[in-house]
Amino acid sequence: MRCRKCGESAALELRRHNAAFCVPHFTEFFRKQVREAIHHYRMFTPDETVMVAVSGGKDSLALWDVLIEEGYPTVGLYLDLGIFDYSRESREKCEAFAAARRQRLLIERVDAAIGAPIPEVQKATRRPTCSACGLSKRYLMNRAALTHGFVVVATGHNLDDEAATLFGSVMHWQTDALSRQSPALASTHPKLVRRVKPLYRLSELETAAFAFLRGIDYIVEECPFAAGATSLAHKEALNRLEAASPGVKHNFLFGFLEKARPAFERGQDVQLTECASCGQVTTGEICAFCKLADQVKRRSTPLTRSSGDPSQ
Amino acid sequence: MKVILRYPKREVEIAGRRRVTDLLKELEVLPETVLVIRGSELLTGDAVVGDEDVIELRPVISGGGWEGRP
Repeated sequence: MRCRKCGESAALELRRHNAAFCVPHFTEFFRKQVREAIHHYRMFTPDETVMVAVSGGKDSLALWDVLIEEGYPTVGLYLDLGIFDYSRESREKCEAFAAARRQRLLIERVDAAIGAPIPEVQKATRRPTCSACGLSKRYLMNRAALTHGFVVVATGHNLDDEAATLFGSVMHWQTDALSRQSPALASTHPKLVRRVKPLYRLSELETAAFAFLRGIDYIVEECPFAAGATSLAHKEALNRLEAASPGVKHNFLFGFLEKARPAFERGQDVQLTECASCGQVTTGEICAFCKLADQVKRRSTPLTRSSGDPSQ
Repeated sequence: MKVILRYPKREVEIAGRRRVTDLLKELEVLPETVLVIRGSELLTGDAVVGDEDVIELRPVISGGGWEGRP
């Protein structure tokens, strides 16, 4: 297989684009897609420091790598979820990445904020682990950005992540979620920072290939709690469709963003207030994170003293 | 050839030359769900692999942590 641009041996075939690229032209294609995303949604300007939420995985480290190379001022944020060896190893990957590129990495511990690490939160609240984890991440990202004075947080969500989220929302017609799904969420409250997803134009295969070809040392192992996650079932379904019809995920997501999302957006008019407990933004009196932390506090005191593998 | 798979991590031995596309088909792996790695290079579907090769099929799918709504 030959590179579409130069005719040299190709490293990656992109069936949805009916193209293949050699290493230099693939990395250029990748960066161009990120530039296009940033430009199209006016995600941030060259003067704004971007807080990049990094997990140690391929997507977030690939994103951080591109933003550094493109010359944006960045700072990394690692949220330590307290998930056994997985968190230890992913933190080490982020620290090594930041040190090698002389970038600042901030670290927030979930257990310090909520009263217990993620595995104990699940035991204490019986809320699905991924749900409690996602809630905690969104809350702590926003809080960390506010605390340190950053106006924008970038996450490594890719096209597959976004298509799977959209698929799940459509399956249950969660119109509030559909109105919120966007590659860029503006700050709609002084205490709510802008959130952007500069990789939304790139598939999971493409971010993995970019990370590999750039020599980024990322954590390949999956979170031990991800097995059986609904998002993975949705991705599997979409991947089967993609294999039969290349480009279907792209069309599903981009069609929604261009044609359908505005209709859902018009139907939502949410009043934002500040949580009576922590002061962060919420739609009710007490925010969901404080409710979760309260549940943990009331139910988990004996549990937080123990730790163990989730499979046990 | 030796093929390294993950989740769980394991190795399988497969004899004979074949195209990467055919190897993935035999192992029932969807082509766009893995990187096909030989040493420091990525292989496309039409590349031919043989007995001396060590091939890693590295999954590209991740998920879970962002589910749920505030």
